[in-house]
Amino acid sequence: MNIRSLISFTLLLLMLGLVQIFFLKNLALFGQAFGFLYVLGILVLPSSIRTVPLLIIAFFLGLTLDVFYETIGMHAAAATAIAFVRPLWLKATSLTGGYDEAETPSLPEIGIGRFISYAFPLVFLYSLVFFTADQWGTGGLVGILSKSLFSSIFTTLLVILVQLLFFKRRRGI
Amino acid sequence: MLRILQFLYRIRAFLLFVLLEVVAIWMIVSNNSPQGAAFFNSSNAVVGSVLQKQADVVQFFSLAEANEALTEENAAIMGQLLTLQSKPDSLPLAIDSLLSMDYQFKGARVIANSLRFSQNYITLNKGSKHGIKPGMGVFNTEGAVGRVKSVSENYSVAFSLLNTGLLVSSKIKSSDVFGSVQWNGEDKSEAKLLYVPRHVKTQEGDSVITSGFNAVFPEGILIGIISKVEPDKKDPNYLDLTVKLSTDFSKLTYVYLVENTRFNELDSLYRQAEMTNEY
Repeated sequence: MNIRSLISFTLLLLMLGLVQIFFLKNLALFGQAFGFLYVLGILVLPSSIRTVPLLIIAFFLGLTLDVFYETIGMHAAAATAIAFVRPLWLKATSLTGGYDEAETPSLPEIGIGRFISYAFPLVFLYSLVFFTADQWGTGGLVGILSKSLFSSIFTTLLVILVQLLFFKRRRGI
Repeated sequence: MLRILQFLYRIRAFLLFVLLEVVAIWMIVSNNSPQGAAFFNSSNAVVGSVLQKQADVVQFFSLAEANEALTEENAAIMGQLLTLQSKPDSLPLAIDSLLSMDYQFKGARVIANSLRFSQNYITLNKGSKHGIKPGMGVFNTEGAVGRVKSVSENYSVAFSLLNTGLLVSSKIKSSDVFGSVQWNGEDKSEAKLLYVPRHVKTQEGDSVITSGFNAVFPEGILIGIISKVEPDKKDPNYLDLTVKLSTDFSKLTYVYLVENTRFNELDSLYRQAEMTNEY
């Protein structure tokens, strides 16, 4: 990761964070589908990044959002979970898909089909951890699952849309 | 020994993962317990100022509505004031300590509000500098809103009534039967009235108001209207009462805070009597 990509990545995180706090925080489609757009920041980190720095980045990213969401620990727990699974999941899918060439697992780099199969399970895991933490002891399993499913569909759509609009082709960030 | 160290080094990512998750879970637990120390939340100065800027812009669009509500309230208060004003021919009496004010009121603006989780909080733009203290009740003209959880210099965070951790001592207005209102985490316009025994006669449309027992709210602040009466399926000794909340939590803008000036006295009395007050 050179200095240029470091700066553009920091800017990306900042923008995603601002959008998340100012717009998506107050939005839930039909009271079910939440948008966790900032997860994109964890998804498109370069494939070569080591797990330890990835975990730390994800934890503090989640914690920052938690402070604004008034949900201390929940985003942090969920973001850390997907950061831990991400390298394993990348490795597992590369056997069949072959991500080895791509520097970053982003939409312009790996194409829409592969991106969905890479991103959707991770986003679903994120939502699952988040809503389990949120509804611990109060809500039922059905509520958690339906919120997770609709949120991960909505988030995946958002993540794809943002990449289609703002990511340049063949220029990984 | 070296082997163990090598092994630990090899699974360092996993260990860090477990550590971070434990930290996160510890934060969730300590944040959600009513007595837990709040270490970071939106009453933090930086976060508070960001949220305030956002509220400044967003609430600009609902100024007309807020003004209208304030005018209506003013009119109602003026009416009450007229009835209280003494006639010129009356004799002023020194007020007995029995009738002196137990409650102090303050106003604040909501700068952040969540609705969609099972633990919802409200951030207000007043803090310890303005005399806000943890434990104060929050309400608006429509009804009860919540209770202050923690306070910083300029901002404060309150439990919303839409927080499954908050119980509000309340009673049915017509029969004076008391219970606790608690949100069940499902519909943001409905809560449950707990601990009402089965023999109590109540019907849909009865008002539920604060009981004044818990030293947070004065008696008589509206919470909602009973919308469904059913026998409790889990415990047949109680009724399962659904209360339609009178406050519209999606439109909170201006709220009042109430402080019981006798709170310390009451609290020390409870302690002396070894009672635990659940607020």
